[in-house]
Amino acid sequence: MSGAVLQVAGLTKQFGGFVALQDVELQVNAGERLGLIGPNGSGKTTLINCISGALLNDAGTIAFEGRDITRLPPHQRTRLGVARTFQIPKPFRSMSVLDNLRVPLEYAAWSRADHRRITDEAMEMLDLIGLQHRAQASSASLTLVDMRKLELVRALAAKPRLLVSDEAMAGLSASEVDDILVLLFGLKEKGVAVIMIEHIMRAVMKFSDRLVVLVAGRKIADGEPQSVAGNADVIKAYLGE
Amino acid sequence: MKISPFWITVAVIVVAGLVFTGSTTNEYYFNAAYVILQAMMMAVAWNILGGYTGYVNFGTAGFFAVGAYTSIALDKAWDLPLPVLIFAGGAVCALIGLGVGYLTLRLKGVYFAIATLAMAIVFETLINNWSYVGGAKGAYILTPEKHLWFGSYIEMLFMVMLLLTIACVAISRKLNSSRLGRGLAAIRDDEVAAECAGVPTLRLKLISTTLMGAMMGAAGAPYPFFVTYVDPQSAFNLFVAVNAIAMPMIGGTSHWLGPVIGALLVGTMQEVITVTVSSELNVLIVGIMLVVFITLAPQGIVGLVQKYRLKRTP
Amino acid sequence: MFSLDLLANAVTAGILLGGFYAAVAIGLAIAFGQLDIVNIAHPAFVIAGSYVAYILNARFGLDPVLVGVMVAPVFFAAGAVIYRIYYAAFERTGQESLSGLAFFFGMMFIIEVVLILVYGVDYRLVSADYIGMTIQLGYVGIPLRMLVPFGVAVALTVGVYLYLSRTFMGRAILAVAQDRLALQLMGADPVRVKQFAFGLAIATAAIAGSLLIIIGPVEPSVGRQYIGRVFAIVVLGGMGSIPGMFVAALLLGIVESLVATFMGPSWAPAVAFGVLLLTLALRPSGLFGRA
Repeated sequence: MSGAVLQVAGLTKQFGGFVALQDVELQVNAGERLGLIGPNGSGKTTLINCISGALLNDAGTIAFEGRDITRLPPHQRTRLGVARTFQIPKPFRSMSVLDNLRVPLEYAAWSRADHRRITDEAMEMLDLIGLQHRAQASSASLTLVDMRKLELVRALAAKPRLLVSDEAMAGLSASEVDDILVLLFGLKEKGVAVIMIEHIMRAVMKFSDRLVVLVAGRKIADGEPQSVAGNADVIKAYLGE
Repeated sequence: MKISPFWITVAVIVVAGLVFTGSTTNEYYFNAAYVILQAMMMAVAWNILGGYTGYVNFGTAGFFAVGAYTSIALDKAWDLPLPVLIFAGGAVCALIGLGVGYLTLRLKGVYFAIATLAMAIVFETLINNWSYVGGAKGAYILTPEKHLWFGSYIEMLFMVMLLLTIACVAISRKLNSSRLGRGLAAIRDDEVAAECAGVPTLRLKLISTTLMGAMMGAAGAPYPFFVTYVDPQSAFNLFVAVNAIAMPMIGGTSHWLGPVIGALLVGTMQEVITVTVSSELNVLIVGIMLVVFITLAPQGIVGLVQKYRLKRTP
Repeated sequence: MFSLDLLANAVTAGILLGGFYAAVAIGLAIAFGQLDIVNIAHPAFVIAGSYVAYILNARFGLDPVLVGVMVAPVFFAAGAVIYRIYYAAFERTGQESLSGLAFFFGMMFIIEVVLILVYGVDYRLVSADYIGMTIQLGYVGIPLRMLVPFGVAVALTVGVYLYLSRTFMGRAILAVAQDRLALQLMGADPVRVKQFAFGLAIATAAIAGSLLIIIGPVEPSVGRQYIGRVFAIVVLGGMGSIPGMFVAALLLGIVESLVATFMGPSWAPAVAFGVLLLTLALRPSGLFGRA
């Protein structure tokens, strides 16, 4: 159990009669890079919604750093150190790019931040994604790529120890994908564990220490990327019989 | 220590107000100013929950009237001084705001809006049936004799309202660029994303409704002394409610100046129209202005100015 | 002062009233229940319908219900236009929560004040042969001025329900709230479907208005009393359920009637809103609503 940052056990979630997740078990260790893949509709986003608290699971437990967070509201989970990005970026559109970063620094990371340095920290994070010169621009005016970067860095501004990235690279060019990967790789030194949901296989294979495959709400594979990719069930799920 | 232009302006206004009360004897101006200031307070208050946080309150008439009737009830029971009544009105309405918020803020913003309308009607019915404060027949309030050093009671009321309004505007201005204000703006822009950024959305929404309730109750508390006769129909009148919404929406909802400009503009226009034409026309014009502005200029006058400035900077 | 015939009369009146309330609420059940458009001005449209019935009844002696049905297409067209504006200004930009609400709030005022300016605040009524007649069943009296609207309201509700569940356009309306993409794949333009639905909602207001003025005299501010009622009915019935709406309307009518009879009519306005607040606090999805 030592080193396990996230421990999910027996997680089940239903929507009416439809079972989105069935008895999912997942463990993520500190600083680990976990790739979460599966066909569309397999329940990946539902899983991270349950982990982040946007949805409440019907059965099972979620523990973060040894602490049971199953019934906690999302904002408390973020304060404890669980952050996520959204598939479709959700910037605070009426605010400037800089203020978008101040919000998580002032709320999620409030206990971990130096209150007098918040603006400086926000600028430093903007520098990470090369948007320092757009600090005062309206966040609604950003390009898609920049919005995705902002989305990612906003999650990082919460100073998490577990970051869940939900298809942060969808629709990006190869070099843009590499930009995002660089950011995500840099998290290992900071000891931040990452769960990456992605369909771009090259990125997932390059990035992950471990690969988990979800099909129709169930976990069917969990292990080394190469061996999982070669797993017969996984290939069948993606390519069909 | 550098004093901001805001506080300098405030000082100038207060001094001007005092000079005004000392020099003019025409009561009409104080009446008109009182009405505009009251509207401004209501607009500023509404905007804290509506503009900053994104939750529409349709029951503003309810908060206002409860503030007024708290005054009436307490004045009848114990003949308390005005500041105490204002505080009491504010406190009662703060609790109502908290209560209504607690019941409905977990739901979508739409349900909250409808629930506030519901709350206003429920209170109107309760007061209609409460004979202690006059029920449907209304209550008469005698103008108190004491009015400090001012020439008349209305002059003192005007000054009180001026100070109250300045206080509310100052609070609203501070909120606009504070940590709390950013949290509220995050809720308004995207509540789910705000939660995931660590913002305790329910708590902040409750703070917002409580603050708004307190300001509206404080705005209503001196009203009985202004009109000397209050009945539920006039206290709960929908005109107060429309103005509270129309003024910030016309002025601009995301900036603290919005409700101020909206109130000054619309309030002055209404006074002019009431005097020259009729008061029903006022409601029609406000209604039309509201619809036109939110359809064509959703960011209000402040938004138009901001856009204009952006275009001019190279 | 409780007696069985007083109770029986109160319940009967409540049922008849409740049926009528359904006619008023059905437009909102479509707009708000299906399309998520918070048309707080719906009662104002109903009052406008009442005035149209009054005008044509006073001028040409036409039966109010007939007027309502005749004028419904005009209201439909008005609704379609209003939806276009609403869509362009708010839905497309995602502003419907704050600005959309305020838009209808402003419309409500405009309608009410225009009526006041043109017709003043005097009560208006219509005349028809059946107003004033009462059927006696034992100790229960059934006034025709309530029975006729009840009958028309039931017909209207059944008609709308069948339309929504049996026709292509009707089912498209039911679908548009739930799955825009599927709708587009089916070849229907979501915006046009919504426009049609909103037009339909306002058309029902024309009929409801004519029923309202049969039941009793009308003046411009009467609409405001119905805001609470229609929202309470739609929320209590459950969003998206027409049968639920009808049941909720009957329940509200009965409770209001009992309260008015045994506690006094001055308490009646609070009933609807009290019901609404309770429903929101305890069971927001309503009796039959989709969760």
